[in-house]
Amino acid sequence: MAAVEVEKLTKRFNGFTAVDSLTFRVEEGEIFGLLGPNGAGKSTLIRMLTTLLPPTEGTALVNGYDVFRQQNEVRSCIGVIPQAMTSDLDLSAEENLNIFAKLYGVPRTRRTQIIRELLQAVELEKWAKHPVKHLSGGMRRRLEIARGLVHEPKIFFLDEPTTGLDPTSRIAVWEMLVKIKKQRDLTILLTTHYMDEADRLCDRIAIVDHGKLVALDSPMKLKASIPAASFLEVSFSAVPEGWLETLKSLPDVAGVIEHDHIFRIASHNGPRTTIELVEAARRADIEVSSLSVQSTTLDDVFMHYTGRQLRDELQEKTYETSLMPPR
Amino acid sequence: MNRIMAIIQRDLLKFFRSPALMMASLIFPLVQLVVLGYAFGGKIKNLTVGVVNQDHGLETVRLREMFGAIAANARTFTTVGYNDPQKALEDLREGRINAVLEIPPDFSRNVLEQHAPQIALIEDNTDNFVTSALEGVFTGLVGAFNQPRVEPRVPGGVSLQIVELYPYVPYIQYLLAGSVVLAIFVSAMIGGGIIFIDDKARGLHEGYLVTPITKFELIMGFTLSGASKAILAGLVLSTLGALLAGIPNPLSLARLARLIVVIVVSSMALISMMFLMMVRITDPLVPRAIFGVLNTLLFFPSGAVYPINAFPPWMKSITIIDPFTYAVHAFKSLFLKNTGFVAISGDLIFLTVFTIIMMTFATLLFRRTL
Repeated sequence: MAAVEVEKLTKRFNGFTAVDSLTFRVEEGEIFGLLGPNGAGKSTLIRMLTTLLPPTEGTALVNGYDVFRQQNEVRSCIGVIPQAMTSDLDLSAEENLNIFAKLYGVPRTRRTQIIRELLQAVELEKWAKHPVKHLSGGMRRRLEIARGLVHEPKIFFLDEPTTGLDPTSRIAVWEMLVKIKKQRDLTILLTTHYMDEADRLCDRIAIVDHGKLVALDSPMKLKASIPAASFLEVSFSAVPEGWLETLKSLPDVAGVIEHDHIFRIASHNGPRTTIELVEAARRADIEVSSLSVQSTTLDDVFMHYTGRQLRDELQEKTYETSLMPPR
Repeated sequence: MNRIMAIIQRDLLKFFRSPALMMASLIFPLVQLVVLGYAFGGKIKNLTVGVVNQDHGLETVRLREMFGAIAANARTFTTVGYNDPQKALEDLREGRINAVLEIPPDFSRNVLEQHAPQIALIEDNTDNFVTSALEGVFTGLVGAFNQPRVEPRVPGGVSLQIVELYPYVPYIQYLLAGSVVLAIFVSAMIGGGIIFIDDKARGLHEGYLVTPITKFELIMGFTLSGASKAILAGLVLSTLGALLAGIPNPLSLARLARLIVVIVVSSMALISMMFLMMVRITDPLVPRAIFGVLNTLLFFPSGAVYPINAFPPWMKSITIIDPFTYAVHAFKSLFLKNTGFVAISGDLIFLTVFTIIMMTFATLLFRRTL
């Protein structure tokens, strides 16, 4: 049985389609990421799966229970961390956990034990009695992770768990999630717009844009699915006439764009293109001023499938200026 | 039950850790009780009446002796003599004096001849309270002046004997019932309105909604936690207020027990009303914006500051459905008359039925989803 099974799930708000006929499965024990820019419909999807929003169309089963018809059964077997930090600031970390354990109906004897275990797991034992308002953002997020686990759920939903955290805290949260997942045999479904987060944490990633599923696979396979394997960014001491065409004609080059005398080259074979590039510069009697080689990132994957860059959607970088050909 | 208790526990922990919030729900009604209680409760004193005496006969001397007695005892007014009536009227218009008493030239002769003697009181009637006080004193004064010099052995006319059932009730005691209800209301407004919507806006309710808690448990949790805070506010203000206002025997156990019942029933009524109003609201500004309107609309028509019998019909219709009216009546009965449950049973029944209706509608309108 799949942990989550979504079939043509749709949500419309006054004519606006936030989630458009999504179909996918999340297998037991995997970390499944929903990657997409803000407004892609990730949070709406997670809210439907956690019974907070009724779907307009389609079905979704969580741990075998229908999210529309068996809401209480669904709620009992899921842990949810919403996007906003919602722990009570005036209450201590322990009190927050205790109240949620009661809300989930955890028996008194188990409550004390699980709270101690979870505080230990998220490394907040020393802060158990401190009001949450005295904790840092990263510590609060870790507390929320513990809060979502007080009733020992089978499936854990996290809506952008590291948004607003500094890089160190983000890494700490990732490590914590991986550790807890192993310890508690959890299935995790998380949403994120951070490519590195999805890349590092997720077994499989569903790329969502404008409410639609545009790609779904493991990070490695997604990256392998796009034409170029590497990207080179290079500048030269001078730019001879017809230089763009020369670069395009180099072996393994999939495409070249120039912006402000910086050339971005998509290549099927980064190392070989680099050698050829240096050789071509020597022949043209110019010097390579700067050179960087990058492997394909999920941002490139996102760009390939949507025609836009995920890392800065405000740039609205379109296909015309992009190296990535559309699917 | 555990889940309901979890919501109550969380709310009360927050409440006791926010002293400012606790004080806010008590300070407003307490200040109102003391300021309004003393502002409206006192007798009007130290007015100035200009006397234009154009007579100078024997009877005016008697009148002036009476004025002197009032100035020395009740101190409602003192007199200032004027020779020129125009000057007296000018001073009245300019606010230097509060009234002018004109004694015409033939006053003493008319008194002795019993020929319809008259004196005139010219008032600044822009202040109804002052004019009422002066009219009351002068009517009594003229009544005393008209008394026969030799009293008949057996009075021939009808006389009215007034017997007061309870000790004198200063205005601050009259106002106390309204202040206790106001404390409960402010607490309901903060706990059931402002904090409820703020928590909703901050996403705290989202945390509740993903747990297996039922709709009924959620509503009961919110209502009971709000009511607990309102009950605390009501208890503190009834005790403090009773001591401040000088209610006789304020700590009588029998009355305290009855007060607790009224406080609990009133708190449930007001918090359930607040919960119904806020059940579909998401904007944190709304409860803050409607606070003043609700306070005016519910508190003033309730009979807390002025008797309901004086209200125009449209306002009386508000008092019929206003829960404040019944709560204020019940508290007044207990504070001022120390009655038993029979005298307040109608109020308790209304407030209980009101709570049930509010809770039913709130439950129907409450959304278990976002």
